[in-house]
Amino acid sequence: MSTYLLNKFLFTVDRDPELVERYREDPTGTVAWWETEQANRILNCHDGESSTWLRFDDRERAALAGHDYPALFELGAHPFLTLTLFIAMFERDYDEPLGFQKEYAQRLSHFSLPYPDIAT
Amino acid sequence: MAELVAVIASTHHPFYHRASTSTGEDRPPFADEWVRKVEAFRETLTRARPDVLVMVGSDHFHQLWLDNMPQFLVGKAPFYDANFYNEEREFGLPRLLLKGQENLSAYVLREGLDAGFDLAFSNELRIDHSITCPIITLRPQNDLPIVPIYTNIFAPPLPQPKRFVQLGRTIRQLIESWPADERVAVIGTGHLSLELGGPRQFGPHGPDPQFDQKAVEWISSGDIEGCLAEVTLDSLHAPGNATHGFMDFMLMMGVAGEGQKADYVDTYDLFHTMEAYFTWYPNGGAR
Repeated sequence: MSTYLLNKFLFTVDRDPELVERYREDPTGTVAWWETEQANRILNCHDGESSTWLRFDDRERAALAGHDYPALFELGAHPFLTLTLFIAMFERDYDEPLGFQKEYAQRLSHFSLPYPDIAT
Repeated sequence: MAELVAVIASTHHPFYHRASTSTGEDRPPFADEWVRKVEAFRETLTRARPDVLVMVGSDHFHQLWLDNMPQFLVGKAPFYDANFYNEEREFGLPRLLLKGQENLSAYVLREGLDAGFDLAFSNELRIDHSITCPIITLRPQNDLPIVPIYTNIFAPPLPQPKRFVQLGRTIRQLIESWPADERVAVIGTGHLSLELGGPRQFGPHGPDPQFDQKAVEWISSGDIEGCLAEVTLDSLHAPGNATHGFMDFMLMMGVAGEGQKADYVDTYDLFHTMEAYFTWYPNGGAR
């Protein structure tokens, strides 16, 4: 299990406008590409000095590929990263102001304290 | 020696910029009162006539990331670009360029290290809305050099609350011993109860109004002891999953000092979170 890698996916996609759109349109393909090509990149190093050991487990891969933000919450992905990226992808589909954010809260309403641990 | 002329603690609400500049049907009903409150708050800084701003905030996974995460970091650069693509995208925040006060940054780093804080530093820091929100609300002309100080309230493991208070006390000592004829204001922003990305987010008010009431009382009365007796890293989960940002308020209480009543207090109950504004004038200055 790699909460860190989940966060790294959310972080690197969220900061790249093209990747935000690509992940919205093709989540399965984007997650597969990212895990193969990007997961081991150390962000502050050149490509010749990448890591060798980072990969998702099946639940993590499925949660990302399914745009399943309640599952990401349960897996301990950082809630700020998940929220920010999912607002960028889906707020546009809702007519009411904050419509997506309120539905997001509703879909997490089965969680009570203590929430899943987000330490990495 | 430098003079500490104002200590200001505030929430940072990234939606203020858009709410305050929108017009017609886009202007939310709470905007006019919000602007009125912010402009009154701004006057408390203007009155202190600062030359330099020490700005305490927290990077929201913009430049600082989990592969290399500092607990407390001081910027030391001649300039700071500000705001990121995802803040433009979600909040409509403008890109800014701020000037740095490098001499004070260097002094805070050297003397802070010697005072027992192993501060990280950055010579190329792009700052985010935790610092640009109070520029927009309190000093929109953006004409003063800054020293940015980032705290980790975001990526556990976090420093203990008492450490934030201690850092606040140390920042005050460092400013008051800085051998420069400058008027310094410290502005720090954090949160009261707040939930982000959880089931209690975006409600009609903050997720825990009772905590907010207590927090405002601690801050406005300078009750550091009472606050430290109740607030722990664990307890801050209860009022909302992003409430650890309250520790930046605790840092500012440390700057203001034990038992120091705020000279200016205002709050505004908004959807999602309560706004709170506090100003102290050390030594009575602009009171």
